[in-house]
Amino acid sequence: MSETFDVIVIGGGPGGYVCAIRAAQLGLKTAVVERERIGGICLNWGCIPTKALLRSSEIWHLMHRLKEFGFSADNLRTDFGAVIARSRAVSERLSNGVQGLMKKNKITVIDGEAKLTGKGAIAVSKDGKSTDYTAKHIVLATGARARTMPHLQPDGDRIWTYREALVPKSFPKSVLVIGSGAIGIEFASFYRTLGAELTVVEVLDRILPAEDEEVSAFMLKALGKQGMTIKISTTVEALEKNGEGITATLKTKDGKTETVTAERAILAVGIVGNVENLGLEALGVKIDKTHVVVNQWGETGVPGLWAIGDLVGPPWLAHKAMHEGVIVAERIAGVKGVHPLDTSKVPGCTYCWPQVASIGFTEAKAKATGRAIKVGKFPFVGNGKAIALGDVEGFIKTIFDAKTGELLGAHMVGAEVTELIQGYAIARTLEATEAELAATVFPHPTLSEMMHEAVLAADGRALHI
Amino acid sequence: MSTQILMPALSPTMERGKIAKWHVKEGDSVKSGDILADIETDKATMEFEAVDEGRIGKILQPAGAEGIAVNAPIAVLLEEGEGKDDIAAAMQSIKDALSAEIKPAAAAPKKESVAATPAAAPQAQQAARENGARVFASPLAKRIAGQSGIDIAALTGSGPRGRIVKADVEAAVKSGVRPQAASAPGGATASGVGVTPIPDARLFYSKDEYDEIAHDSMRKSIAKRLTSAKTLIPHYYLTIDCDIGELMAARTRLNARAPKGEGAYKLSVNDFIVKAAALSLMKVPEVNASWTETAMLRHHHADIGVAVALEEGLITPIVFRAEEKGLVEISNEIRTLSERARAKQLKPQEFEGGGFAISNLGMFGIKNFTAVINPPQAAIMAVGVGEERAVIRDGKVVPATMMTVTMSCDHRVIDGATGARFLQAFKGYVEEPASMLL
Repeated sequence: MSETFDVIVIGGGPGGYVCAIRAAQLGLKTAVVERERIGGICLNWGCIPTKALLRSSEIWHLMHRLKEFGFSADNLRTDFGAVIARSRAVSERLSNGVQGLMKKNKITVIDGEAKLTGKGAIAVSKDGKSTDYTAKHIVLATGARARTMPHLQPDGDRIWTYREALVPKSFPKSVLVIGSGAIGIEFASFYRTLGAELTVVEVLDRILPAEDEEVSAFMLKALGKQGMTIKISTTVEALEKNGEGITATLKTKDGKTETVTAERAILAVGIVGNVENLGLEALGVKIDKTHVVVNQWGETGVPGLWAIGDLVGPPWLAHKAMHEGVIVAERIAGVKGVHPLDTSKVPGCTYCWPQVASIGFTEAKAKATGRAIKVGKFPFVGNGKAIALGDVEGFIKTIFDAKTGELLGAHMVGAEVTELIQGYAIARTLEATEAELAATVFPHPTLSEMMHEAVLAADGRALHI
Repeated sequence: MSTQILMPALSPTMERGKIAKWHVKEGDSVKSGDILADIETDKATMEFEAVDEGRIGKILQPAGAEGIAVNAPIAVLLEEGEGKDDIAAAMQSIKDALSAEIKPAAAAPKKESVAATPAAAPQAQQAARENGARVFASPLAKRIAGQSGIDIAALTGSGPRGRIVKADVEAAVKSGVRPQAASAPGGATASGVGVTPIPDARLFYSKDEYDEIAHDSMRKSIAKRLTSAKTLIPHYYLTIDCDIGELMAARTRLNARAPKGEGAYKLSVNDFIVKAAALSLMKVPEVNASWTETAMLRHHHADIGVAVALEEGLITPIVFRAEEKGLVEISNEIRTLSERARAKQLKPQEFEGGGFAISNLGMFGIKNFTAVINPPQAAIMAVGVGEERAVIRDGKVVPATMMTVTMSCDHRVIDGATGARFLQAFKGYVEEPASMLL
């Protein structure tokens, strides 16, 4: 007789382990199946280790500005191995932390790769051995991986995905980043700051294409100033290994071709859902372009089978997956008053230099809805704390419905904006209007004052500009 | 097919109930008439019987679960031969129903959400607002409501803890319903001529100067019903003094004749008053009536509620057909009803309805007071103490045993002269008890 659970979560990433914790909190007998390390991509190969790397690059950046702050030092050197080692240690520590959380919540962690064998039944294989488990509810949280294309294939050596880019054996002198979404730009920023010659290729006509147009334009300039070469409206026709590095054949929109050489290439052209070898087809689970199709509650249509996170589609963000995990656990437990996730209330963050953060509609999208809008903007250069920090690059922009005062969107570039965006997320969730935000007291001197000013600016009443 | 067992509405006003006890457990076979559970409402505990036969597949609300809305599923009943899968299917449909309930805004133009008969949960919220409570709504929802001319207080919130959010207002706008007009029969509209809510009393006292005693369901029910009765019913009051000297004497004589053991009785003044009121209702049937928006309901019998003070509040059990009953029967009935009320054993049909009520505070020495009408009744008589007073008879001051009664009347039902005729009749009966025999 196979072991039986109330809930089995397949995949121990941020969506999966959070779903398991919430299910356990609600008194359900819960298990998580993980084929690698608990914590998933986020903890082990994504959000967390990249943040550790970016911290190192930030420090390196500041070390080059010592004079400005009244210090001097010479013989500045990098120990790249130590930078990578620290990043791995950070991941290790957090993964252990999540293991502790599993234990604390009495969640069974099943080591191996799961496959659905029927309704409410899975087989987990590990080292050639297969074990059956059954559950009233199964939550798919297998996540996603880097997208590849026939002519853009990672080789683990010179052509990298995020995974290899996190643990290079040596520091590459030159890097070609293909794709300028959040992942591409974060790696570009890291390697550029530490001194690599850097080229970014983007097929669309702007970088960070999911962000507001103004943000894209600002970042194009800012990264250019840092010495990055950015080629927009450009496709990679071919990518070949040669000698010690790679050669890419690029083609611009108007048909011109050129070649770029670099030591390493990083593929950041999107992600695909991990839908393979799960036994989904046999159960009749609908799949659309590598993503499992679900309704607003994460239901796949197969009774007792749910799916969350990157596997079910954008935005591909850990916090979105976590939130979905909670929703599904609560739906399974029959908690009342659960609300579906409104993705327009999910903030997005890009940890480059300067940082980018946003929530809700871009200006163009807000306009496209046909409503009258009002836009407020405030630059970092008008903020006392920003000047004291020496980080005057950036701005905050707010977009309101002119009639109702609804905060439709907010967009930020600059130091620490990833820590600021939650303020607007709360405002959006609580349905605050520009009036409540204007009436809110922001502490002085902080970067957050710019959030206030950007709201006031929407009514033409910013104080410090 | 499995069926859901729903929280029963054990009385017309019941909104929520508590499962005091389950008499069955999962897996038990039941047949029609078996007692499934004891259901406790704010006023009574009642047995809940099975209607269908089958097997208890799943108990959804454990014993002790409180505040369960009427018609919310509390258990799943399986037919013989059904198993686990059927429970899962039933659970799923319950979950779907719940999600539909908590997201009324999504359910297209849901007119009933702003009309008078919403589901149990919205009702509770509406009720809170009748008491002048704060309306919980997001700033954005308030602004859109203002711009669209929607009375936000009439909406049902789908946000956390019933907070009214943008989606709720937008759904109301879409449905084309303008609750602003519908919800303001008294003319209190958004024009600013409204009722100012009473601020929370906690604002006036420091925390260490009082103890906070949470409301039980009876307290909530009293607050709600009396607030709406006193606010919505146009009360007026008629007071009359009655000489009860003869009544007291008759009472003493009759009690002295009471047999010992079987058939024993002990008549109270109140028993006479109930009987006198019953006969007065027969004489002036206009008083024995209930108001509805379209018609007057004139009752055939004198069903008289008698207020009984309980430790935790009060309840008004009804002596039905009091006009047909003798004093001893009335007396015994009131005693039994009071005892059962104190034991919380009354069935709703024993305290809801009725055509008239009597509240007697004479035993506390209260001389005169006014009572709040308990709808659907149209009048209530407040009875004071019977006491020796100096009265003037034929130009001379003489002692007499007097009792003052004050009747609260619903002016929509009882005009002043009608009420006066009733009290006149009542006075006649109590001053000459023998006339009750006529």
